[in-house]
Amino acid sequence: MAVVGAGPAGLAAAVEAAARGASVVVIDENSRPGGQLFKQIHKFFGSREHHAGIRGIDMAVLLLDECRRFGVRMILESAVYGIFSDGVLGVKGGSGTRLMRADRIVLATGASENALTFPGWTLPGVMGAGALQTMMNVHRVLPGRNILMIGSGNVGLIVSYQALQSGARIAAVVEAAPEIGGYGVHAAKLSRAGVPILPSTTVQRAFGSQSVEGAEIVALDERWSPIAGSERTLAVDTICLSVGLTPLAELAWMAGCRFSFVPALGGHIPVHDWNMRTACRNIYAAGDITGIEEASTALEEGRLAGLSAVQSLGLVSHGEAEGAKKDIRKRLSALRDGPFGIVRRELKDPFMKGPWLDDVP
Amino acid sequence: MAPADNQDTMRIDDHPILGAAPPRRTVTVIVDGEPIRAFEGEMIAAALAAAGRRHLRFTGKHGQPRGVFCAIGRCTDCIMTVNDKPNVRTCVTPVQDGMIVQTQRGLGKWA
Repeated sequence: MAVVGAGPAGLAAAVEAAARGASVVVIDENSRPGGQLFKQIHKFFGSREHHAGIRGIDMAVLLLDECRRFGVRMILESAVYGIFSDGVLGVKGGSGTRLMRADRIVLATGASENALTFPGWTLPGVMGAGALQTMMNVHRVLPGRNILMIGSGNVGLIVSYQALQSGARIAAVVEAAPEIGGYGVHAAKLSRAGVPILPSTTVQRAFGSQSVEGAEIVALDERWSPIAGSERTLAVDTICLSVGLTPLAELAWMAGCRFSFVPALGGHIPVHDWNMRTACRNIYAAGDITGIEEASTALEEGRLAGLSAVQSLGLVSHGEAEGAKKDIRKRLSALRDGPFGIVRRELKDPFMKGPWLDDVP
Repeated sequence: MAPADNQDTMRIDDHPILGAAPPRRTVTVIVDGEPIRAFEGEMIAAALAAAGRRHLRFTGKHGQPRGVFCAIGRCTDCIMTVNDKPNVRTCVTPVQDGMIVQTQRGLGKWA
């Protein structure tokens, strides 16, 4: 089995498969496995069986320990550039390219950050919220001291709080929608620290000659149009964009998987059944590629994909596999709870239960 | 020539969750002729950010500055010329002692 991507979904898939005797390789373009987990210094939500209270950085260590224990092979600093017929993957590493063949492929490629364009957005100092998170929590360097955060989803709120923990100032979090996008608990932590969160507000332009020296924000009316005269200039050196993520689904497109367009899950996602199997029957998908959610759901989807893949290879009995999958699906359903989770559950359930792939042999 | 003393102002030495920064060996990279202190194994872009450097290249047509945008090797906004090789993604390329790093213009030039 070949797993593309060494984040929470890919590592969990690898562990489930390798623990049941599959020969598993995980391929990742980074020099260190773990995906974005090593940037997530906040605690996960959910109950104890979802590892709630564990930080992403510690979860990565646990998963990598399990990978080692079950003999998962890591191929790092290597990008999968293509998927061809019969389960052949094209892999580009440091010294060249090679072809590898796998009976089952799990795509756990994750997502990339969306950009937002406005006058001045190309100036140094305008960056993704994920970039700020990487610089602070992995490289332990502040790319700026005085930050404007665009977007109040969980990424924007959490990274803003992490910037405070790193000693930076958040001038404001602006949100184009009339309401804060993320969890109240994250917003409350910022509010208690005195950070203004401004709904119905967006960035209009960035100022600066060689890098960001300021930002102009503006209030939006109920039709999302800028209100003339409401412009304010903030003296910031950094503008962070947290305006959503898009699934990295290129390999699934290339392999010929069937797709569906679900804007609320991030755009085009490969259609999958409740075993995380795609319309290409040797290919499974898990994590953000199947719709933008969280590390905790990515991990459970990865377990489901890994388990289903080894089940289809005959490495695990029907009874054991179905029992384990039932437990995972129960945990996934519990994670998709609450006012935010329900929305995702209602979007994901049709995939999990729907007849979309019944015509595929 | 030794690196200037006013560097490393952007480093996060103490962190409430991550604790004190682990001790690391110091190396020197030469950025546009100036020595800059860096930690062994860290990314070029991180060493430059620590030294307060924000623009990493200029665009070919309009000469506009560009810096770190994604920090995970996807966007290629942070490319510089490293040891005479242009278009090196500095956010995913570790420093080496004595490395020559140059601000790139346009697509750069192969030596």
